[in-house]
Amino acid sequence: MSVERRKFLKLAGLTAIGVAGGLSAKALAQEAGLVDTAAATVGDTAETPSSPLRAKRWAMVIDVKKCREAGNCTECQKACHLVHNVPEFDNPKDEVKWIWREPFGNAFHDQEHEHLPEDVKHTMTPVLCNHCDNPPCVRVCPTQATWKREQDGIVMMDWHRCIGCRYCVAACPYGSRSFNWRDPRPHIKKIQADFPTRTRGVVEKCTFCEERLVRGQLPACVTACKAGAMKIGDLEDPDSEVRKLLAERFSVRRKPALGTQPEVYYVL
Amino acid sequence: MHNGGKIVIGLIGFLVLITFPIWYNVANDRAGYSPEIEKAVRGENCVRDSAWMRPFHMDLLNEWRDRVVRQGERFEVGADGVTYERSLSATCLSCHENKDKFCDRCHDYLGVDPYCWDCHVAPKELGR
Repeated sequence: MSVERRKFLKLAGLTAIGVAGGLSAKALAQEAGLVDTAAATVGDTAETPSSPLRAKRWAMVIDVKKCREAGNCTECQKACHLVHNVPEFDNPKDEVKWIWREPFGNAFHDQEHEHLPEDVKHTMTPVLCNHCDNPPCVRVCPTQATWKREQDGIVMMDWHRCIGCRYCVAACPYGSRSFNWRDPRPHIKKIQADFPTRTRGVVEKCTFCEERLVRGQLPACVTACKAGAMKIGDLEDPDSEVRKLLAERFSVRRKPALGTQPEVYYVL
Repeated sequence: MHNGGKIVIGLIGFLVLITFPIWYNVANDRAGYSPEIEKAVRGENCVRDSAWMRPFHMDLLNEWRDRVVRQGERFEVGADGVTYERSLSATCLSCHENKDKFCDRCHDYLGVDPYCWDCHVAPKELGR
């Protein structure tokens, strides 16, 4: 059966009129108050019961001097890896890490020289995802499983969506992304039920404790740090703790020349 | 028909074999069997009408996933006007605490194998 061109055009025209009519009827109904759009209906997003911590641009300042004075402890890493169900593998090739420590020369290899003070040379610097303003990992992700949140600049990950291609692992200049080469579940010492684990074939990294900030809690590493070396705050707010620290003391970032605009600052 | 008898016997045998699950269940008085899922152990209302939840819970969970992960909207108004966290393990599993008797029983019966629990953790399974 073939449809005549004339008949087809007539039908298409009628359909277009019908659709337009339906839309305008809906708009009219809304205007006349027939459809109540203001009242909270089932499934609407509700305000967070606790008061969430909000920022226009989350940033972190790490006082490495305090780390040094506290004896280069690992409390931040322990706390982070516990609450986020990060597995521990014996083989360093399988290693998964969200926050970890690097000797000064590894964290700031472009700043290192042989005549640095001994204690600076041997400082173990906490390193984590820098939540860059210009994140190369986001640019390369083919599935948009990682993206920079518009509201607060956190570089997020959607583990449901990650296909494990590891482009982001290659793109990140800070080594902040880890791939799950093996099933992580059996290698998690104490599984926390309120946070998911990951599966084999998924990339993971620090999320600035986005799930804690929304509940009004500071990130696990910040809370765990006894020396008070880690501060998180709003970079857009001139009165925030991070801005004050940055204004008072000289700070550096990791690999600034790459243009990624990392948002984790180090005061030495 | 050449070898007609053998073909007919073969066909009958084949039909009996492929309908075996039906005969088997009829013989065991399980013809009308459908799994009993455990009622919520606490909580008055579900976040949605339970008649709607039965066929569409997976759509709700998908929406929740996107809202929480991609939009960062963690809380919502339920059918009873109460604010709920959009969370499989924290909200659903707080009332339907037994994953085996609530989720798995029906999924096993229908032969669906969702991979929610590859990552998400059922609190009860941790022995809490």
